[in-house]
Amino acid sequence: MTLFSKTATELQQLLHNREVSVKEITEDAFSRIADVEGNVQAFLTVTEQEAKAQADQLDNVPLEQRGPLFGLPIGIKDNIITKGTKTTCGSKMLEDFVPVYDATVVERVKNAGMVSLGKLNMDEFAMGSTTEHSAFQVTRNPWNLDYVPGGSSGGSAAAVASGEALFSLGTDTGGSVRQPAAFCGVVGMKPTYGRVSRYGLVAFASSLDQIGPLTRNVEDNAMLLSAIAGNDQHDFSSSSKEVSDYRKALTGDIKGLKVAVPKEFLGQGVDEAVKASVREALQVLESLGAVIEEVDLPHAKYGAPSYYVIACGEASSNLARFDGIRYGYRPEGVKNLEELYFRSRSEGFGPEVKKRILYGTYALSANQYEEVYVKAQKVRSLISQDFADLFQKYDVIVGPTSATTAYKLGETIFDPLTLYANDILTVPVNLAGVPAISVPCGASEGLPIGLQIIGDHFDEGLLYKVAHAFEQATDFKAGTPLVGEGQNR
Amino acid sequence: MNFETIVGLEVHVELKTETKIFSPAPAHFGAEPNMNIHVTDLAYPGTLPTMNKRAIDFGMKASMALNCEIAPVMNFDRKHYFYPDNPKAFQISQDKRPVGSNGWIEIEVEGKKKKIRIERVHLEEDAGKLTHAEGGYSLVDLNRQGTPLIEIVTEADIRSPEEAYAFLEKLKAIIQYTGVSDVRMEEGSLRCDANISIRPFGQKEFGTKTELKNLNSFNFVRRGIANEVERQEKVLLSGGKIVQETRRYDEATGQTVLMRVKGSANDYRFINEPDLSEIHIDQEWMDRVRAEIPELPDARKARYVQELDLPEYDAHVLTLTKEMSDFFDATVKAGADAKLASNWLMGEVSAYLNAEQKELHETALTPEGLASMIKLISDGTISSKIAKKVFKELIENGGDAAEIVKAKGLVQISDEGTLRAVITEILDANEQSIEDYKNGKDRAVGFLVGQVMKATKGQANPPLVNKLLLEEINKR
Repeated sequence: MTLFSKTATELQQLLHNREVSVKEITEDAFSRIADVEGNVQAFLTVTEQEAKAQADQLDNVPLEQRGPLFGLPIGIKDNIITKGTKTTCGSKMLEDFVPVYDATVVERVKNAGMVSLGKLNMDEFAMGSTTEHSAFQVTRNPWNLDYVPGGSSGGSAAAVASGEALFSLGTDTGGSVRQPAAFCGVVGMKPTYGRVSRYGLVAFASSLDQIGPLTRNVEDNAMLLSAIAGNDQHDFSSSSKEVSDYRKALTGDIKGLKVAVPKEFLGQGVDEAVKASVREALQVLESLGAVIEEVDLPHAKYGAPSYYVIACGEASSNLARFDGIRYGYRPEGVKNLEELYFRSRSEGFGPEVKKRILYGTYALSANQYEEVYVKAQKVRSLISQDFADLFQKYDVIVGPTSATTAYKLGETIFDPLTLYANDILTVPVNLAGVPAISVPCGASEGLPIGLQIIGDHFDEGLLYKVAHAFEQATDFKAGTPLVGEGQNR
Repeated sequence: MNFETIVGLEVHVELKTETKIFSPAPAHFGAEPNMNIHVTDLAYPGTLPTMNKRAIDFGMKASMALNCEIAPVMNFDRKHYFYPDNPKAFQISQDKRPVGSNGWIEIEVEGKKKKIRIERVHLEEDAGKLTHAEGGYSLVDLNRQGTPLIEIVTEADIRSPEEAYAFLEKLKAIIQYTGVSDVRMEEGSLRCDANISIRPFGQKEFGTKTELKNLNSFNFVRRGIANEVERQEKVLLSGGKIVQETRRYDEATGQTVLMRVKGSANDYRFINEPDLSEIHIDQEWMDRVRAEIPELPDARKARYVQELDLPEYDAHVLTLTKEMSDFFDATVKAGADAKLASNWLMGEVSAYLNAEQKELHETALTPEGLASMIKLISDGTISSKIAKKVFKELIENGGDAAEIVKAKGLVQISDEGTLRAVITEILDANEQSIEDYKNGKDRAVGFLVGQVMKATKGQANPPLVNKLLLEEINKR
């Protein structure tokens, strides 16, 4: 039985009718992993034994005690702390790090009865947008194995796209859920800052990081967010705002929806195929009763530099704790404290991480602080204000998720316009702390394109409603590519 | 040339909360190394600081008691430096928006009152402890990591070692009254660094300052400052220059010793702590905390002088610690004469505590017990001399003075008939003394009184004995 391509709701029905067991779903997931993982390489750790043991136990739970996600498989990005299971952050620094506690989101998916399949590859400490900065392996795009899956949550997107995992958790600091979701043709949500607890997420940039779900359809995504969102006493920044059942928002009715499309989102550097695909998507929304207007996001152009200052500044602070003393990589034969610090960090971190730590340290240093860091914070407030102004008049903001489709493996993007366009699309969302979802809206040369829908703070329900209406009205529902059989859509 | 001393103090006070400031681990001492820790205190990947509201309450309380303005919106900042006792490689502190600012306390030195301004009071976390072990290893104990602290920073208003001493004494009393800390220097719950400079009298600009550390008692603060001022004077008078540096007070030699030159100033790369959002302190919160602050030493002192007619000196000494002052209040409330209560507390009680190295609550003495004894003195039931015996019993074993007096038969003999009989006996046996007295040697009376007291085991009423003795001598 191939269960891996079914939706959560379909599987739940089968479980409910006792046509399949949790054990069968779990075994099916691992058999899919066995089939395609050699090509995709999304997983850093596979926890097959634990998962199967858990599945056996779950099968004994009476039907009436099961929630909507019960018994369904999930993969977890490797910067989310899992008790007893290695959590590497894609870094040599944490190559053998086995945590003693569970992240709040991990606790929540466990409480929902979900079965964890293992840990997913990523750019080291979530720094990168191709997953090529992993210290361990290169994950491939399931739609075309010569291409990157995006990043930093590349493993999370590739595992879901390839059918290895029904659900996955990723993290988004500057686009790291949405961009790989777009590249791999899946649905990825970056929730409002504070919506999902960050307790147990190994911090990259604390004021920007959010954990978000990746799935093959909008409904599944809404279900997972409902399960992981909500206040957590371990995270002071987590909101106490109540979490609704986001599935209830999926009415298909978006008549009268006011949609803003910033000029900056469809400007220079955005691939023509992407532009065309997004314009078609806008027409679909219009046909569903939405009202589309072009607007300005005046400060978005300053988003990228201020993002790099803030993200790298915070990263230099957050990653300072990796000093070789209490956990993580520790070199042999050091003679004194300074050497311990120096060699632990020089040998444990990869080049991209070191680069950002250096940049961040410089940005925070006393003689740069006012000129660089303070200015970046000011830009951040201006961008937040831009969004606030737009949400006075519009319900959602729509544009592409990425300026291009997936890059070829090993290909570095040098075109400044493309780099610039990419940053403008995803980064301002994190700076403003608002939620955004990427939903498949087409393909170019067999590689998926993502539509980004941005909402006001805590408007995840509305984003799901719009994404779902769009998904239902189009054919771009993420299929499951036949990975490794030489066939691409 | 005459120099003026300029001192500013930085005082760290540990707050007595149940749990740590940013983690749920217990904040008390004495546990085995690394037992009072939570994953957050280890800076374990993925952990986040939580906010102990009680620590904020305590910070506000101390700030209010030091006459500070309370920040309506405050936040925390990260102060970065690498050291093994600092697991996150940053300390969570308050840089730009501390809980309290612009405060002052009033000190008195040689009868002169003076306000010392307090620049700021900020909340922060303590670091762990390093022990340097054998074989070149250092052991890290993170039990203390995350213990809440306030740092109190004065303006450079202090002009002498004595003022510094008076400031610390007053600060300690105030903080102790608020109950937010034990403020014991010997246990490390109060730590003090001093910034010291000198300048020629009349000069406006401050001289280069040095920072003095390792000041482990108020006396060492006083001596350390005096010594450092002396050193700086010598340097300047011999044509040298003061270098900005950190120095340590060596208790054995009484000298200050160079620790490090502050040439390249530390760059702590402060950033707003993104894991703890802004904290808004509204009127209700402020009112609630303010209501928890008890009467403070200055107010008590004034009350003792105005309402209880105590001398300034008594009022000052009694209010130095809350325990003594509370005890005094309770003793007066239990019916004791205020001045007598003050005399006893400042005299016998303090002497006993010093001799035994104890604190009031470690003795058996209660305010009711002390009051019962003072009442017996006031109404003439016992003499001051007898009272000392009663007092010893009270402070060692407790109880009620009247019962002790009764049980031990210590009641003062004021019956004239009984006393005359004793006096007659003594006079009969000491003809020579009568002779001496009549020849103008007044001292002889003292001897005779002593004999009477001895014969009555000290229970005779002394003024009465005096009076009757003279009457009887004159009859002869």
